[in-house]
This record gives sequence, structure tokens and C-alpha cells, in this order.
Amino acid sequence: MDFAIDNIIIPLIKIGIVFGVLSGVVALMTLAERKVAAFIQVRLGPMRVGPHGILQPLADGVKLMLKEDILPAKADKWIFTLAPIIALVPAFIVFAVIPFGPSLELFGKTIPLRITDLNIGLLYVLSISSVGILGIILGGWASNSKYPLMGALRSAAQMVSYEVALGFSIMGVLMIAGSLSLVDIVNKQKEFGWWFVFLQPLGFILFFVCGIAETNRAPFDLPEAESELVAGFHTEYSGFRFSLYFLAEYANMIAVSAMAVTLFFGGWLRPFANYPLPGFLAFLDAPLMGLVWFGIKVAIFLYCYLWFRWTWPRYRYDQLMKIGWQWLLPLALANLVVTAGIVLLFIRKG
Amino acid sequence: MAQAETLFDASELTVSMGPQHPSTHGVLQVKLKLDGERVLDAECVIGYLHRGVEKLGEVQTYGQFVPTLDRMDYIAAVSNCLGYCETIEKLLGVTAPPRAQYIRLIMTELNRITSHLLWLGTHAIDLGAITTFLYCFREREEILKIFENYCGARLTTHMFRIGGTQYELYEGFQDQVRKFIQDFPKKVDEYETLLTENRIWLDRTKDVGIISGKDAIDMGLTGPSLRGSGVQWDLRKAKPYCIYSEFDFDIPVGEVGDTYDRYLVRMEEMRQSARIVSQAIDKIPDGPIMAKMSKIIKPPVGDIYHSIESPKGELGYYIVSDGSTAAYRARVRPPSYVNLQSLKKMVVGHMVADVVAVIGTLDIVLGEIDR
Repeated sequence: MDFAIDNIIIPLIKIGIVFGVLSGVVALMTLAERKVAAFIQVRLGPMRVGPHGILQPLADGVKLMLKEDILPAKADKWIFTLAPIIALVPAFIVFAVIPFGPSLELFGKTIPLRITDLNIGLLYVLSISSVGILGIILGGWASNSKYPLMGALRSAAQMVSYEVALGFSIMGVLMIAGSLSLVDIVNKQKEFGWWFVFLQPLGFILFFVCGIAETNRAPFDLPEAESELVAGFHTEYSGFRFSLYFLAEYANMIAVSAMAVTLFFGGWLRPFANYPLPGFLAFLDAPLMGLVWFGIKVAIFLYCYLWFRWTWPRYRYDQLMKIGWQWLLPLALANLVVTAGIVLLFIRKG
Repeated sequence: MAQAETLFDASELTVSMGPQHPSTHGVLQVKLKLDGERVLDAECVIGYLHRGVEKLGEVQTYGQFVPTLDRMDYIAAVSNCLGYCETIEKLLGVTAPPRAQYIRLIMTELNRITSHLLWLGTHAIDLGAITTFLYCFREREEILKIFENYCGARLTTHMFRIGGTQYELYEGFQDQVRKFIQDFPKKVDEYETLLTENRIWLDRTKDVGIISGKDAIDMGLTGPSLRGSGVQWDLRKAKPYCIYSEFDFDIPVGEVGDTYDRYLVRMEEMRQSARIVSQAIDKIPDGPIMAKMSKIIKPPVGDIYHSIESPKGELGYYIVSDGSTAAYRARVRPPSYVNLQSLKKMVVGHMVADVVAVIGTLDIVLGEIDR
């Protein structure tokens, strides 16, 4: 019975909570995008559906569900339907290894606030996010049309290129923490007393820039920009299938933000975690507050995503690829070499 | 399959950009020959917006023709009006009274600002800077309110008449314009903050669509596109019309002739227009707004060519009169039509994404090109 509770029921509850919260945040992001865009553009955004447009995601969801299900005549029916699912699922299952908080004491049990702690957590995240690219390529392929295919190939080439630099940029963190487990990385940041962003500033910048390119967001969103010749891999998609791609994009954004927070900004740690707080502020150290700190930091990163999209122009495709290969990758390698030297000399002491 | 062959064929791919396309600023079709992403050839197909404006010029009386011309370059309708009215006045040997000239100058320069704001907004949005579009339209809205208060229309204004203007200035006009001109330079600074030094903007516009001064003159390019290539030629200074010679303003000129230079030229032109208006708004003389002339316009037999500096370039009118109430031939020299010729020269050798940038930088209006 204990075994069942510990290994089946509790994880299922956690999965349910994470999945529910994640879906909610993704839906909220669709509204946030429109509201933030509107405020930057001196207008108000959705205001009618619910107070200040808060129920807009609900209306959008209902609309997309009720839309006519169009399947292009020459499209490959099964892959056409499968592709958005292949894009969406990896974005969600990345959250299985992300630590949302410390351990919670409940009903005499110690429940860590994470779904699981893989000792190869970082590797898991990188490999799962690569699977998402397949969803994009298949979407373009299954549409059986020139332009979506070209758009899908461009998207995929972009994502693959930036993945290389992304992988290298986090190796510095890996070396300092000495472990692939995300839980260990957060705990090491508590031990050191410094968030890794202060030890690896270049690594962080590279990670975030590559993350934006990975998720096909501005300024790297040429493959899906409307003003270009090729309209992108999701041209032929409409209704529910399109909404799956849409949700996959936002889920990926949240995943990248969550990773950035976990690897560089102390995960669920509060600022100055090693300094005790006066009595009346002690609640800020409570285990559940870890969730709040995590949430605040991820929200800041998500805001940055929106901010960049609505402020900057977009790069041309060849410039985009050039930046990935000629700038970010060498910088990531340089970061790796320098960090390796410092770790060897000072942290591991020979 | 034929489709697969064209897709993986190593040689050229012919693609049609438009006529329905978010970035071709109207119904323009550009047939591109591509080698991968490089443009080998670009052919413009126009005529989708042809409405027979010049034929209407032969059928409508001179006075009736004025509002028809608004629909040509619908962004800068006031300039169209000014050019035509001045042409017919020249033919008739009539001069508009000073008060009318001041009103014309102020409205034309305000219209130059609205035209450039629209250009900036659409150019930026094509390259991905979506927010700039909304900021520009916010300023444009202020000017359009002034136009609406003056003549009742925002876009196709039909502001002037042959011999002067029809409407007297409304009460509060000077305050409204002064208030706008006071705030405007700060707004231009805002757009510049967003774009001018932005790394991405520079990468998208520098060395894109270069045309040398000599090529520009050979192709008959006029307006900011010409001045971007280093040629100092602005009809307001070279062949002053209206009362431009009484005002103090500079003509911005570029160096290299790329998209970035044209962008800088137009930004500075907006500031200079604001400068002209701020000088003029304080000096409007009193007097009649319409010259003394007969109600029926029957110019003597003859022909005349007169051109003005519209926001797009040299807008010229060639009118042949046979002595009747309608022109024998009303030929318009639209600046966008002539400017569009240079698209091929600017775009060959660049990437597909640059075609969008170059069409934006030429600032074309299809209403003018097709008439």
C-alpha cells in the first residue's frame, strides 16, 4: 500500500498538477501575448471577453475546437494529424525533470516538489527537445505543398543549428555543478551562495538567445513570418491541429524559460537564499514559496520573450544562420574552454 | 512529378510575389527568378489598379478632375491636388492669393509627414518591427484629425481648388497645428530610438538595394530614393513653387544609396517638414482665399508641364488644352511609376527577404503607378 502511494498515486497527482498548471499557463500566455503586445503598441488588447479580456483564451479555445476540420486533399492524413502532436508532447514532458521547489512535509511524508529526479536530467531535456523538431518537419512534409515544405526545412535547419550552440552554452554550468541532475544543479547554487548566472554570464546570454531561436520566436521568426514569401510549416493547418502547434510553441517558450531559471537563476531558491530573514519574513523560506519564486522568475523570462517580439525587427534567414554558426557557437566553445580552465584551477583544485 | 522536379531542380525557380501579398504595398506583382534564395531577375507586373484616370481627365472638366486625382496617390492626396491646381493656374495665368498659398503649404507639408509616417510604419512592419507601425499611426491620426476638421475628409481630401482654396481655416486650426508640431520631433526621436541604431535593423537595411547616384539619375529616380544616393535634388529648392522660397529648411542627402540611407533621409525630411510648418503657421496673412477668376475654366489653347515635389518624388502634370472646358490630354508623371523601374537593379543578387525591404524603401503607391 505504501509502495502504491509512494510510487503511483503521488506521482500521478504531481503529473496531474503539473499538466494542469502548464496548460493553464499556456492558455494564459496566449492572452498575455496579446495584452503585452497591445500595451507596447499604445492600445488595450482584448477587453470584451470577461473583465479586461481575461476569458479570451477560453473563447479562442472554443473557436478553434468548433472550426471546420480541413484536411488538404493530397496531404498524408495520418502524419498530418500526428505532426502537431509530435511537436506538442516533448514540450510538455520536459517538465518531468524540472524541480519546482524543495521538499514538502505532508501527512508524515517528505514529498519533493518535482515529478522526478533523473540523474541525467539535463541530457534528458536536451534530447527530448530535439524530438520536437521532428513535429515541424513532418508537418511541412505531410502538407504536400511546396511552400510549407520549404518553410519546415528552414525552421528545422534553424532549430538544429541553434541546438548545437545551446548544448555547448550549458556545459559551463555542467562543469561547475559536476552533475547532470537538475535537482543537483539547483542545490549546488544554494551551496555556492551564487546563482550560476553570475559565474556564467556569457553562458546564460548564449543560452537565452539560442533558446529564442529554438522556439522560432522574434527576432528569429522568419520561417513563420507573414510578410515572407514562404508562409511557414503550418500554412495548411487550421482549427484544432493549428492550435496544437500554437500551444507547442508556447509550451516550448515556457520550457526554455524554466530551464534558464533552473540552470542560471537558482530555480526555486529565493534571492540571497543563504542569508537568514527576520522573523516576520520567515514565510518567504517556506517550501511552498519555492513554487512562487520559481513562478516569478519564469514569468520575467516569458515577459522578455514577449517584449523582444514586439520591439525588434526580424533577421533574414542567412543572417540568422550566420549568427548561429559564426558567432554563437565559437563564443560557446570559448566559454567552455575558459570555464574548464577556471574550474580545474580553482574549484577542483587540480 | 513535375512539382518535385521544380522543387529540387538545381537551376532557377520562378516565383510570383503578389499581387495579393502582405508586403507589396498594394496590388503589385513581382515575378522573381530565384536560384535558391538569390534573386536572379525581377519583373514587375502592374496594372491591377488601373482605373483610367488619365482618360477621365479628358472627359471631366478641369474642376471635376481635381478630386479624381486624389485617388491616384491616395496617401499624399494633398500633393496631387496642389500639383494639378498649380498647373492649371499656370496655364490660366492666375496666381492664388497669399493666404491660400500659406494654407496650401502648411497642408502639403503636413501631408508629407503623414505620407512618410505611413511609409515608416509599413516598411518597419515588413521587416518585423510591428510596434513602430502603431506608433506612426498614432501620430498620423493627429494630422488626419486636422484634415478632417479643415475639409471633412481624412484621406482623399480635395483640399484646394483651381485659383486658391475653398474652405477658410477653422477656429483653433493654428493651435491644433502648433500643438502637433511641438510634440512631433520627440516622436520622431522615439522611432529613431527603436530603429536607427538597432543591430537587426542595420543588418536588414545596410547595403541592401544599393543604387548609385548616376544610375539613379539615368533611371529617372526622384524624391528620397534619389537623395539617398547622394544627389542633392529637391524641387522645392531647385525649382521653387508655391511659396517654398520664403522658408528656411534643409534637404537631407544620403551617401551610399542603400535602404538605410533612404530611411535616414525620410526621417530627416519629416523633421524638416515640421520645421517648415512651424515657420509658416505663425505668419499666415489675411486676405481672400480664392483668386478672381471666372467660374468656368476654359484655358487658352496650349500645353504646359509643371511638377512638384510630392513625398514620393517628382509629381508632374502635362496638360494639353484645346480651349474647351475639359483637357485634351491630361498626362500625369507619377514618381512611383518611374521609381519602380529601379527595383530590378536594386534587387538582383540579393535574397528573397530583401525584395520586401526594397519595395518598402522605394515607397510606392499602386494607385499612382497604375492610375
